[in-house]
Amino acid sequence: MSWVWSNLDLIWDRTLDHVVLSVPPIVLALLLSVPLGALANRYRVSRGVILSAAGLLYAIPSLPLLIVIPAVVGTSARSPVTLIIALTLYGIALMVRVVADGLASVDPDVRQSASAVGSSAWQSFWHVELPLSGPVLLAGLRVVAVSTVSLATIGAVIGVKSLGSLFTDGLQRGIQAEVLSGIVMTVLLAVILDALIVAAGHALMPWSRTPLPVRSRNGAPGGAEA
Amino acid sequence: MNLFLQALNWVLDPAHYSGPNGIPVRLVEHVAFTGLTLVMAAVIAIPVGFVIGHTGRGRGAAVALSGALRAIPTLGLLTLVALVVGVGLEAPYVALTILAIPPILAGSYSGFEAIDRRTIDAARAIGMSEGQIVRKVELPLGLPLLLGGLRSAVLQVVATATLAAYVADFGLGRFLFSGLKTNDYAQMLGGSILVILLALVLDGIFAAAQRFVVPRGVSAGRFEDTRARSTRLAR
Repeated sequence: MSWVWSNLDLIWDRTLDHVVLSVPPIVLALLLSVPLGALANRYRVSRGVILSAAGLLYAIPSLPLLIVIPAVVGTSARSPVTLIIALTLYGIALMVRVVADGLASVDPDVRQSASAVGSSAWQSFWHVELPLSGPVLLAGLRVVAVSTVSLATIGAVIGVKSLGSLFTDGLQRGIQAEVLSGIVMTVLLAVILDALIVAAGHALMPWSRTPLPVRSRNGAPGGAEA
Repeated sequence: MNLFLQALNWVLDPAHYSGPNGIPVRLVEHVAFTGLTLVMAAVIAIPVGFVIGHTGRGRGAAVALSGALRAIPTLGLLTLVALVVGVGLEAPYVALTILAIPPILAGSYSGFEAIDRRTIDAARAIGMSEGQIVRKVELPLGLPLLLGGLRSAVLQVVATATLAAYVADFGLGRFLFSGLKTNDYAQMLGGSILVILLALVLDGIFAAAQRFVVPRGVSAGRFEDTRARSTRLAR
């Protein structure tokens, strides 16, 4: 414990580094997944291509991806940008499928009603389909957030400073307390971000506070699962 | 693209195919280790998952456990176990088995849960015993989801086994770490490409198996690829 008390500054700095590394990928993944997921939900061909690409991307191990990205994009091997790109890609790989499934779970009757009252496809998407798939998106985003925070630690291996640096440094110097405090702070950060996302969800979607029975694709009543 | 050519040269160089640090030895280590941890995790997780799925009890605890484990960074777990038990193969073995349990557990109980209760009631109504229901109804119907869980676990283990080379001298991850240490980018990239190929091949095998095990009566259309919904990002 004494290590923790004498190194609170270090732990706090690494935590801030970690926030800077993990928040942008979560936001970027959400922003990029909505158009991609909508496209995947629109046509049969685009669905196959986008979801297969997401599946392949998801299968690629993180450390090798961190090493391949600089060769493809031209970023420096040890830069935070490489890590942010990698985390964004993983976030998209998870989130695209969630967006596509969420949009597909919107009752076709509701979509027809929207077009019957004169909504264009664009209006129907933004005012009806996207809000209705909100709870599914929220559940997906929570998974992305927690995974991203946990995965960001891997950057420490290629020299990007984060809470993961406490693991690599702790291992080299043989300080268990350092590694343990890194794990605790990572989990804590994940829990806090998760709570913030849930709170944002409640603020943006007041109707989802009381869970309504959502109609799933095969017609049986059931909640929005993730 | 030049970088990829150098990496390809590194992969194809005959000098890297012999000795204890050759590509074949490292590849076999990686695959064997992945298989071993997967079997170990499956032996623990599948029976527990079946009990949860069949009785419906303990689901909350299982979900909470998988959620908590998802937040724990793999690198942190690896280094912590390495500090406790010492540098060597034990640390990655323990850490990877722990990490592989949640996706398999989730796959096995959600496979049982996804079955229409009426199907199970029907099985009970025609006089099947609980054991028969598990073996003849729940197991075949839940198998695709169970394989989905195993598929997530495999990806997780292959990726984390790469990281495990950080605390132990084994597997394809060695090439990445020794390349990092000596700034040998061709070796790093070559090693990375090998790991990625291995992950994609294993993923493909499981994807094929998942389609193959869907009972004929079900394949009429309801089966979906459930992998991405499973518990966590790989690694």
